[in-house]
Amino acid sequence: MKGVTWATAAMMLVACSGGGKKPSGQASSTASQAAASSGGVDLTGAGATFPAPIYKQWFFNYADKTGVKINYQAIGSGGGIRQLTERTVDFGASDAPMSDQEMAAAGAKVLHFPTVIGAVAITYNLPGNPQFLKFSPDVLADIFLGKITKWNDKRIVALNPGAKLPAMDILVVHRSDGSGTTYIFTDYLSSVSDAWKNGPGKGKDVAWPVGLGGKGNEGVTGQVKQTPGAIGYVELAYANENKLPVGELKNKSGMWVKPSLQGATACAAGAAQSLPADTDFRISIVNAPGADVYPISSFTWLLVYQKMDDAAKAKKLVDFITWALHDGEQQVKALEYAPLPENMVDLEMKQLQEVQYPGKM
Amino acid sequence: MVDEILAGPPGEAEGPPVEPAQPRVGIHGGGFGDRIYSGVITLSALCVPALLLLIFWVITKAGWLALHTFGFGFLTSSQWDSVKQQYGAAPALYGTLVSSFVALVLATPLALGVAIFLSEFAPAWLRRPVAFLVDLLAAIPSVVYGLWGIFVLVPFLRSWVMPFLRDTLHLGATPFFSGPAYGPSMLAAGVILAIMILPYISAVSREVLMAVPRSQREAALALGATRWEMLWGAAIPFARSGIAGGVILGLGRALGETMAVTMVIGNRQEIATSLFAPGYTMASLIANQFTEATSDLNLSALMAVGFVLFVVTLLVNAGARWLVWRTSLETSI
Repeated sequence: MKGVTWATAAMMLVACSGGGKKPSGQASSTASQAAASSGGVDLTGAGATFPAPIYKQWFFNYADKTGVKINYQAIGSGGGIRQLTERTVDFGASDAPMSDQEMAAAGAKVLHFPTVIGAVAITYNLPGNPQFLKFSPDVLADIFLGKITKWNDKRIVALNPGAKLPAMDILVVHRSDGSGTTYIFTDYLSSVSDAWKNGPGKGKDVAWPVGLGGKGNEGVTGQVKQTPGAIGYVELAYANENKLPVGELKNKSGMWVKPSLQGATACAAGAAQSLPADTDFRISIVNAPGADVYPISSFTWLLVYQKMDDAAKAKKLVDFITWALHDGEQQVKALEYAPLPENMVDLEMKQLQEVQYPGKM
Repeated sequence: MVDEILAGPPGEAEGPPVEPAQPRVGIHGGGFGDRIYSGVITLSALCVPALLLLIFWVITKAGWLALHTFGFGFLTSSQWDSVKQQYGAAPALYGTLVSSFVALVLATPLALGVAIFLSEFAPAWLRRPVAFLVDLLAAIPSVVYGLWGIFVLVPFLRSWVMPFLRDTLHLGATPFFSGPAYGPSMLAAGVILAIMILPYISAVSREVLMAVPRSQREAALALGATRWEMLWGAAIPFARSGIAGGVILGLGRALGETMAVTMVIGNRQEIATSLFAPGYTMASLIANQFTEATSDLNLSALMAVGFVLFVVTLLVNAGARWLVWRTSLETSI
C-alpha cells in the first residue's frame, strides 16, 4: 500500500512540474509523440540533491541540442532509489551506491553510472583563523570519535608545529539530516579507522559519538562559523563558495593535499586503475592511491534498469548518458564538480552496451 | 427541532403569531434549502474527525513494522542508529515535551501581559498597532525564525544569557543550567518556540478579555474594586476558559513545530537534564531523516515517531482540557 502512495505522489510531482519548464529547443517528431503520453516530458528521473545543479544544466543543454526533454526531481538519494524500485521514474540518482539489500528489492538488475565526483572538505573555526591545518587520517577519526577533545592535543600539535593551537574544547558539528555528504565522509572514516568502522560505521545518517547536528551544508557552516573550537565537514563546492578555512589531509601515498577538484578527479583515476573489467561501479573510491589524490571523494550515480520495456525511452536514455559522459563532462567544472577521469568514461561506455530493450540486438 | 419550528404553520401557535418567527421561514419560504444547508455543514463538521481518523490509521499502519519490531523499547531506547537498524525515540519524545514545556512557561505570562495591557490599559491609539504587530509574529514563516535563531538568538544565548544564568545567578549548580554552553540547545528551542506561540496565546486571550461584558466590570467597580481588583476578580475569571483555550492552542503548535526547532536544537540523540545541552524533537527527527530513508524499517521507524507524536499531542491536549475543566468546576462551587 505504501508503494501506491509513493507512486501517486511521484506522478503528481511529475505532472505538476512537467508543463512548467519548457526548454527552448524544438522538439523532434519522436519527442512530441512521446510527449502526448507523458505530459510534455520524454524521460523522468528523481534522486540526489547534490548533483542536481549539474543535472539540470545538462538536461537543459541536452533539450536545446536534441529536443529530448528530461524532468528531474531532486528529492534525495533515498527517494530516488525508492521511486526507481517502484518504477515510477525512468532513472534514479544517488550519492551512495545501492546496497545488496536494495538491489534485491529492485527485482531486476540496476546499472550504476558514475556521473561526477564530489569531495568533502574539513572546515573549522579557531582564533587567528589558521589556514590549511593538517589532519592525518587517525587524528581526524579520533576527533570525530571524541577521543581527541582539545585543540592543543599533542597529536594535533605534532602535525601542525607552526600553528598556534589554543587549549580549547573541540566541538564536532555534523549533518543532522540524512545526506550523501555524510555518506562520503563516514565512508572515508570507516576506510581509515577500524574503531570508526566497527563503531558508527558508514551511512547517510550514523549514530555520532559526539557533537551537534546542523541541518544541511548551511546549518553545519553556520554552526562552525559561530562557535570557536568547532570542526565540521561540508561539500567542497560549498566550502569554496563561502571561502571557509579548510583542512589539509594526508592521502594514502603519504602526501599532504588541499581539497580540490583535481584531487577528487585524481582520486577516481587512482581507484579506476584497479577496477576489474566487469565492475558494476558500486564502489567506494575514498582513500584511493596516488600522489595528488584528495582522499574524501566519491562518485554520484545515475541508476538505470538493465532491462527496459519501453524501447523509445531506453534509446533516449542511452543516448543521453553517452552525451553526458562526453560532452556533458566538459561543463561540470564551471559548477564546481570534479569531472570523471578518461579511463572511467571508457569503462562506463562498455557498461552502457548492457542496457537491453525490445528490438535491440 | 429547527424543522419542527419551520414545519408548523405560524397560526397554530397560541395567541397572536410570534413576531420573530416569521423571518425564520425565509423570504422564499423554503425549508428544503435549509435542509441542504444543514446537511452540508454537518458533513463539513464530520470531515475533520474523519480526516483525523484517516491520518491515525495510515501512520499506525506505516509505523507498525517498527512498533512491532521494537515494542515498548521504541519509547525507552535512546539508540537511533540507521547503520545498525536500531531505532529508539526516547530522546526525541523527551525533547518534544521539554521544549514545549519551556516554551509555555516563557510564553504564557508574557502573552497574558500583552493581552491584559491591550484589552484593559492601552490607550486606543496604541492598541491597534501593538495588537497588529503581535499578530504579525504568527505570519512569519518558521524557516525565517530558524535562520534568525541560528544567526541572532543562538549567539545571543551563548554569549549573554547562558553565562548569566550559569555564573551570575549561580544556577550552574543546578542540573538544569550546567555544562558547556555551545548555543544550540533545548533552551534555544524553547525560546524560539515561545516567540512563535506567543501571538496565538495573546490573540485569543485578548479577544476573550475584550468579550467580557461591560456589566461585569462595572459591577465590580461599583462595589468599590480598584482596576486591578476588577481585572483579577471579575474579568479574568470570566475569561479563564478562553485563555486556557489559547494556551492549549499554543501548546499544540509548540509540540508539532518542526523547521525552526530543527535549526536551533542541536539534533543530538541524547537525554540531558541541562537545558544548555543539545536535544532532539520528534518533528525534527522526521524532517531530518525522511528524504534519505531507504530501508523499510527506517521509514517505518519514522512513521512510528509520527504515531507517537500524534498520540502525545492527543494526550497532552486532553490532559490540558481536563485540567481546565477541573479548575473551573472547583472555582464555580
